[in-house]
Amino acid sequence: MTLNKYAVTFALGSMTLLTLGATSARAQSHVNSPAPWLGTPDVATEQSHIGGITGNAKDGKKLYRRFCIGCHGPDGDGEGMNAQWIDPKPRDFTEATFKCRSTPTGTLPTDEDLFNAITRGFVTTNMPSWRPLSPSQRADLVAFVKTWSPRWSKEKPGTPLNIPPETPITIDSILRGRAMFQKLECWKCHGPQGHGDGPSASTLTDDKGNPIRPYNFSTGERFMCGDTNQDLYRIFMTGLDGSPMPSFADVVKPDEAWDLVHFLRTLQPLPTQEASLWKTYMVTHGKDITPIGPDAGAAAQ
Amino acid sequence: MRLKYFVALAFVIIVSAAMVVFAQPPAGSGSITGKVTYTGTPMKMKPIDMSKEPSCAKQHATPLLTQNVTTGPGNSLEWVIVYISAGDQGSGAPSQAVRYDQKGCEYTPHILPMEADQQLMIYNDDQTSHNIHPLAKINQEWNKSQPPGSPPIDTKWEKPEFIPVKCNIHPWMHGYFVVLKTPHYATTGSDGTFEIKGLSPGKYTVTAWQEQYGTKTQEVTIAGSEAKTANFVFTATPY
Repeated sequence: MTLNKYAVTFALGSMTLLTLGATSARAQSHVNSPAPWLGTPDVATEQSHIGGITGNAKDGKKLYRRFCIGCHGPDGDGEGMNAQWIDPKPRDFTEATFKCRSTPTGTLPTDEDLFNAITRGFVTTNMPSWRPLSPSQRADLVAFVKTWSPRWSKEKPGTPLNIPPETPITIDSILRGRAMFQKLECWKCHGPQGHGDGPSASTLTDDKGNPIRPYNFSTGERFMCGDTNQDLYRIFMTGLDGSPMPSFADVVKPDEAWDLVHFLRTLQPLPTQEASLWKTYMVTHGKDITPIGPDAGAAAQ
Repeated sequence: MRLKYFVALAFVIIVSAAMVVFAQPPAGSGSITGKVTYTGTPMKMKPIDMSKEPSCAKQHATPLLTQNVTTGPGNSLEWVIVYISAGDQGSGAPSQAVRYDQKGCEYTPHILPMEADQQLMIYNDDQTSHNIHPLAKINQEWNKSQPPGSPPIDTKWEKPEFIPVKCNIHPWMHGYFVVLKTPHYATTGSDGTFEIKGLSPGKYTVTAWQEQYGTKTQEVTIAGSEAKTANFVFTATPY
């Protein structure tokens, strides 16, 4: 009996010690990496600037450990305890590759881009909106996220894309956009009707080799990087780095980009001006329209 | 008096250091030739189904084969990059550009070696859009659309790296940019042979890199304008 009691006490005691040990080891690894000798930005001094708000990494670190560590992990590499259950995977901040940017492909995003991402969340993933945190807390998190990669101390963010005023929404604009959707092979992944079921859709992987789905317009879901026409313009012009979605900024002119935006809206089951124009047009011209797909491409050549 | 010695000594040290730094080694005439082969059973080269892209499929009289492991007669390995990985002084990027083509939904050449900071021009010769997506880890990854008839992408890589390249629209398209810090490199031909020329006398580490099997290295010492031989054997795996 007494022996049993001793055994239980001993077991409980050692478990407590082990847990404490593991926790402090984790905290240690978090403190020690990122490695300062690699030129990684300093947690004590790294800042972010969003409008009039300045974020500080050392405050962001506390918030990160409370709210972000579960998925993004103690080392910022997206290997948190929850990561194994999550698809798409949490962002690996050590690579400093980000999908939602206003900056050209291959460049760092601006502080505002990261702030907007934290604020908005990613509707198609497990990343929630962090609007419940105050703007200055979100700015602190931006500053801390930038301490995970030495790129932030060596490079500047790219120059944000200039988005000119939207062109008028007309049926001609929609039709031109439709031709772009065919010509640029958007349908190869997003599907001829934008259902995310194009011939290459099932083969797509992200830069870590994990399967990834193209956006399905027929769901009417918000886009990953915002829900306005400007957001849509920016998404395909800058591309989603780390994913199969390329940048079209070098090959699509601003007017053409707006045409494409207007067409893409017709693929969504939303009460937009584009959708209603298209619906009316299809009543009278539906049978004259060549369906998007390989045959339309062959007809054009 | 002491000071004078010091100054003289410092002068000698600086001059000799400068001689070491600025002395241009004469363009060498030594060379390393060899053959790259495998033992074991390599993965099969399988025909690629391009039926989803008819404009490309019709450019290949016989279907293109997968190139991850390209084998030839006598167990030879094609598309192996053999380069000087140590013992070579970097000479700065050459002024001429290297060219990478997308033709018939195939990357030509399959593996493109170049020097860091060397100009790289990427062309789309097809009638279909490609997206060119170098999955760089040390350099920065990017991903750009290149529709038919668009101008070449003019770019470069700053740091040495083996960068896989893919087209997400045409998932069978797969190649590599091999960014090196030496001008002395060669790609093995269909018979597995290579020749690295223009080597000045010295002790070199020669590395052979195969995309599936990784690297093998050898030490080679060249005296005068010797022609040395260095053969490499990779152990093949069937998957």
